[in-house]
Amino acid sequence: MSNKRHIEPLLWSLFGAGGTTIAFFFPAIIFVVGLGVPLEIIPAEALSYERMSAFFLESWIGKLALMVALVPSYWACIHRIYHGAHDLGFHPGGGVKMACYGGTLILSLATIALLLV
Amino acid sequence: MSDKTLTIEILRYNPETDDKPTFGTFTIPYVEAWSMLDALEHIKDELDSSLAYRWSCRMAVCGSCGMVINGTPKLGCETFLRDYYPNPIRVEPLANFPIEKDLVIDSEDFIKKLESVKPYIINAMEKPVEEGVNKQTPQQLGLYKQFSMCINCMLCYSACPQMGLNPLFTGPAVIALGHRYNLDSRDDGYEQRTEVIQGKNGVWSCTFVGYCSEVCPKNVDPAAAINQNKLQGSQDWALSFLMPRKGDK
Repeated sequence: MSNKRHIEPLLWSLFGAGGTTIAFFFPAIIFVVGLGVPLEIIPAEALSYERMSAFFLESWIGKLALMVALVPSYWACIHRIYHGAHDLGFHPGGGVKMACYGGTLILSLATIALLLV
Repeated sequence: MSDKTLTIEILRYNPETDDKPTFGTFTIPYVEAWSMLDALEHIKDELDSSLAYRWSCRMAVCGSCGMVINGTPKLGCETFLRDYYPNPIRVEPLANFPIEKDLVIDSEDFIKKLESVKPYIINAMEKPVEEGVNKQTPQQLGLYKQFSMCINCMLCYSACPQMGLNPLFTGPAVIALGHRYNLDSRDDGYEQRTEVIQGKNGVWSCTFVGYCSEVCPKNVDPAAAINQNKLQGSQDWALSFLMPRKGDK
């Protein structure tokens, strides 16, 4: 029980959530942006600024979808990079950890604020 | 025996005479049916009786003959020369352990970790005999069965990069075995194993590489055991804020 309050379970939960959203959203995004539009399976107008911003920046469902797709994946990426660096032989100290996860927190809050305001 | 031969390089180390381990090269007859263990027996019987290695059952049950063969942790008894012939084979002791002699590693630290996770059913005998036997459904058995297949061969400790970086890490097999007893419907020891499993050097030291599950000769999935415990630990962690005293008072 002694280590119950260390922060790793929280960071791992965010990592897990991000892994799930990446697995759900990113294959579809890669298909649409990387294959569908360039190969003209999907008309290019589908990705026009007016259409995209009308959904993702104007409607609440779009804002929520963007938030769910982006914020957890920030945490998944930084957690993977931080622990991957450790596996590769770089053992950053507490300061780097603070900068990594603190930066991610700021990025997350900024994303949420920009979408909500 | 055929005229075909095979070259085997073995990492040799005798702590009484050697400063550091060096490779010794042996040329042995190539026999299609031979396992690596057969080859080592041939070398010990015919070429160099000082060669040290562990073995017992020769059928992937005892977990004694774990070694690193061409860079991959494997059991010597179920690794066959025919899968490598005619290329030379390089044999090393399991990584991430101190070498005792040649291919024999010092497993004391592993045994201590294994004991710390209490890999046995706790409180199963508390029930009075009059209440009858402990019943377990196939479904309850299915929960933990794969984790009970571990033979303590330590291949996963050799595979795990985290073991080399943090020797205090509890490690894949021990966590999988603790998990096996936690999942057992007859067991009552979850709380007693929490400190080892959920501690900083428990599951939270794992960097989710997953090679442990790949090398396991018994198809145990220690990486899954670790992830299931991370999920459980996260739930316990969140609940500890809602119910700091677990609803006791």
